[in-house]
Amino acid sequence: MDLVSKIDVQELNFFYGSKQALKDISIICPEKRVTAIIGPSGCGKSTFIRTLNRMNDVVAGTRVEGKILIDDQDILAPGVNVVQLRRSVGMVFQKPNPFPKSIFDNVAYGLRINGLRDRQRIPEIVERSLRQAALWEEVKDRLRDNAFSLSGGQQQRLCIARALAVKPEIILFDEPCSAIDPIATAKIEELIFALKEQYSVVIVTHNMQQAARVSDFTAFLMMGELVEFDRTDKIFTNPSNKLTEEYVTGRFG
Amino acid sequence: MERHFDEELKEVKEKLLRMAALVEESIAQSIQGLKEEREDLPREVLRREDEVNSLDVEVDGLGLKLLALNQPMAIDLRFISVVLRIGRDLERMGDLAVNIAERTLDIIRFPRLKPLIDIPRMADAAQKMVRDSLTAFIEKDADLARDICRRDDDVDQLNDQVFRELLTYMMQDPSSISRAVDLILVSRNLERIADHATNIAEDVIYFVEGRTIKHHCEGGLRKNPS
Repeated sequence: MDLVSKIDVQELNFFYGSKQALKDISIICPEKRVTAIIGPSGCGKSTFIRTLNRMNDVVAGTRVEGKILIDDQDILAPGVNVVQLRRSVGMVFQKPNPFPKSIFDNVAYGLRINGLRDRQRIPEIVERSLRQAALWEEVKDRLRDNAFSLSGGQQQRLCIARALAVKPEIILFDEPCSAIDPIATAKIEELIFALKEQYSVVIVTHNMQQAARVSDFTAFLMMGELVEFDRTDKIFTNPSNKLTEEYVTGRFG
Repeated sequence: MERHFDEELKEVKEKLLRMAALVEESIAQSIQGLKEEREDLPREVLRREDEVNSLDVEVDGLGLKLLALNQPMAIDLRFISVVLRIGRDLERMGDLAVNIAERTLDIIRFPRLKPLIDIPRMADAAQKMVRDSLTAFIEKDADLARDICRRDDDVDQLNDQVFRELLTYMMQDPSSISRAVDLILVSRNLERIADHATNIAEDVIYFVEGRTIKHHCEGGLRKNPS
């Protein structure tokens, strides 16, 4: 199947004050594929993924240069509606962060603040989102329970359902499994694999094996620079760059 | 929990079995060509070799990719390592079938030295071993695999028998030497095919039970070593 560019990052530079965190990064994340960003701590992975829905805007003293084209529109350009951007580029964070509300209301929240009031549509979308997040069967009889009554892995899938409810096109995962156990991790990984049928996914992970398992493309960053970007099987069986080879074989990092 | 990894394991297994089917067909045709003195069958075996080789490369590549990207454990790990080894054995069997086909093309150009008796018996035994080793793999049947390891001795004995008999022909009549040597080579190739089937059977036991029995490790063929 031919690949279509979903996110086209061109010569991206990012600064925290005078410190440069990303240097001339150019990557194309294809549509309906999983792109993983790997690299040692502090290499700029999280900074990078946060530029994709402008989450860094809220950090004072930051500056960004370059272009990020999503469906050919530069999301860094002035006048971009950031709220709309974040609706189409959903994000799931390291620690599950459900709202202190019921399971149902967590998923319905995004719909309501986006103005949906339809009493029939909301439950439909909530169910659909929970099914897509592979959580429906576990929670369908307790939708009114508080979200904090769920296990960590379930809470994380709830956050995924919440992101899916507003029909994003891209989902960003920032270390989605680092706070949950291996069985729950395996479930999230299966879920990510299923999500790429409909969504374009970018995942940051410090777990190299996870990148190998779930992604189609992998970018290796080091000290804010892109060292190598290629198909995941190439990166993990025969990388072109010596630094990548040393990192994926555990010789440093 | 369903794993997408299972789909990938299935894919590599299907490729391996496709390769196995081609190799079995090659072995059968090389021998049938010899028995029926037909030229078309060994020629088909020669033509098929490329296909077998490219499947071998595919199975290898896929197996390595699965190891690298999925960090398989326990039975998944044993499965992939066994698939890689079976692939290698099948590829060698394919080469041996090609050898037999080449000998056959040579042999049928001349009058028959003697009626074929032991070689077809050997061929039957070896083919059955190949077939059973693959069945044992598919069915995860370690008992059947053990049985195959035992049967290897029968094929070895037939090979010795063929050699001794043809030796007497050669001693009586030096003009028979080239035809006799061709038959000895056919017999030896069959014996080696049986060896590779035995390797597969040993791999199956490792896959199913996690025990290595080759070189008679861990009590060899006994099921429960004391």
